[in-house]
Amino acid sequence: MSQSTKPSASRITLGGTLLTLLAYLVAIVMFFPLLWMILTAFKTEQQAMSIVPQFIFTPTWQSFHDAIFQGSAYTHYAWNSLITAVGSTFLGLLLTIPAAYAMAFYPSKRTDFTLVWMVSTKFIPAVGVLIPIFLVFRSSGLLDTRFGLLMLYTSMNMPIMIWMIYSYFKEVPKEIIEAADIDGAGTLQTMLRVILPLALPGLTSTALLVTILAWNESFWSIMITNHNAATLATYIASFRSAEGLYWAKLSAGSVLASAPIIVLGWCAQRQMVRGLTFGAVK
Amino acid sequence: MAIVELNNVSKHYGDKGPGAVEDFNLRTRDGEFIVLVGPSGCGKTTTMRMIAGLEQNTGGDILFNEQEMSGVPAKHRDIAMVFQSYALYPHMSVHDNMAFSLKLKKIDKTEIKQRVEAAAKILGIEHLLDRKPRALSGGQRQRVALGRAIVREPQVFLMDEPLSNLDARLRVEMRAEIVKLHRRLKVTTFYVTHDQVEAMTMGERIVVMNAGHIQQVGTPDELYDSPDNMFVAGFIGTPSMNFIKMRRHGEQLQGTDASLALEPWLKDKVPEGEELWVGIRPEHLRTVDDSRHTREGIRLRGKIEVIEPLGAVSLIQLKTGEHRITTQLEGRPRLALDQELELVSDMSRLHYFGLDERNLTVNAPAAEEAASLQGHQE
Repeated sequence: MSQSTKPSASRITLGGTLLTLLAYLVAIVMFFPLLWMILTAFKTEQQAMSIVPQFIFTPTWQSFHDAIFQGSAYTHYAWNSLITAVGSTFLGLLLTIPAAYAMAFYPSKRTDFTLVWMVSTKFIPAVGVLIPIFLVFRSSGLLDTRFGLLMLYTSMNMPIMIWMIYSYFKEVPKEIIEAADIDGAGTLQTMLRVILPLALPGLTSTALLVTILAWNESFWSIMITNHNAATLATYIASFRSAEGLYWAKLSAGSVLASAPIIVLGWCAQRQMVRGLTFGAVK
Repeated sequence: MAIVELNNVSKHYGDKGPGAVEDFNLRTRDGEFIVLVGPSGCGKTTTMRMIAGLEQNTGGDILFNEQEMSGVPAKHRDIAMVFQSYALYPHMSVHDNMAFSLKLKKIDKTEIKQRVEAAAKILGIEHLLDRKPRALSGGQRQRVALGRAIVREPQVFLMDEPLSNLDARLRVEMRAEIVKLHRRLKVTTFYVTHDQVEAMTMGERIVVMNAGHIQQVGTPDELYDSPDNMFVAGFIGTPSMNFIKMRRHGEQLQGTDASLALEPWLKDKVPEGEELWVGIRPEHLRTVDDSRHTREGIRLRGKIEVIEPLGAVSLIQLKTGEHRITTQLEGRPRLALDQELELVSDMSRLHYFGLDERNLTVNAPAAEEAASLQGHQE
């Protein structure tokens, strides 16, 4: 048996080779714009505008220096991005953990429907609710405020958070909750001392995903902020309108905007994969 | 410790249809070991969960020491439960698992330490206190689950099929451990199982349940010697009791495979021409050359279909006309498949059931005779 399986396992087939090549090709096509952005960020504006693409050049930090210190104040936007992304994640966790807990452990006849309904709100194009939200924000003085953006991001990400946390909670055996109940734990104690530690990998991956979603969000940031609460998405967009097409500076700004979240995602990828596949195999 | 009383307790999940548990009545003695046994879906676990307060009874009363418990949350009932899946907290060490309930009660740290260590010593798990449940074997997890229950010093222990995830050998070991533990702690215990061997070996009294109803409550001997009905007769004892349908013709009971003299006390209970079931336990059927029967009852002849040698005994299955009869013979008798075999049972070992499946033998002279014969043989 082992004799017959061993060679077939190590045999390189034509189909396998072609599939590997295709995978590399797709990866390169997907990664190339990112690579080009990083390369352009280290070029001068002249090199960046050159009709003939330049792969070999002397790198310069000038565009990064301009992007950070010249007028547009990168740190202001980055701070806004950080506050809205992290803040909305924390607020979201505070609100969705009890909601998901109730739905997972004390379901009603309408729980499944409610879950589907919540996710269905994500099907509505953002542009469809732009005017109502804009008007509400304007009349309540939330336009161009961090608090307004934070509230918007929180509510925007709540359906996906509830859905994810609900699935992690569902993986916790019911007997453990009952054991805690018999041991004398109240609902809050059961949640804090038993359920949350057990669902921690899932909660972490939810938090990471939602932070990334909020960080990358550009539509609402551009639409309801101007300068005060504007995030990095607005900062990047501002290059085009205010400063013309300065490719090298635009690329440096984009690298600065995307780097933190890429680094975060890279560091947390194991945690995320673990969280996203939590309970997939018993 | 508590006297637990269940009066007409029932559980209905919907408005229509039969309940999961109907009219359950039981009063335990203080410190008694009660086993609830029955097939899957018979309502035994639901009954236990109602005692625990994990499910609310829809009818009747549950009392601990005369105090009404219906509606009292599980955490205020002063009970401890061992779950089938153990339900240990995976993120806590063995020590923390056992100490969790005591910490919630805000008991002094020194006392918690003492109680956890004492329980760990009783169960022989002192060396495992720092480990997480995932680093334990099934038997060790079982001990931790028991430890978590005993540190609480509850008034009632509830155990829901706690041994069903263990292998056969460990199950026998743990069975004895639990019985010893009960003798030592003398806490009123409810033990749910579907395994009648566990029930017979552990229970001081056994409650046999089927389809939400109590079939019989009694000591292991009572259930074995005088089953109230065919369900209990068939459920208690391994292999199951054999049943043969017969009809009264004058002073005889006649079936397709055998005939039998009618016991005088049965004359009033079975009218002429009426059918009844005769029950014989496999271990009470012997070969005709075995002289240990005093008064020959039924004689059955058939062809051997299956031989199962178990070492000390052998199980033989015969096809006798329309019935399949199982017998348990001592040792490994020299028998072959398809061989004709004639079996006989002592008259006093027979059980008679009406067509309503209720035992006609209960309180009859035969039952008393059987009991005395049992005593004589021992």
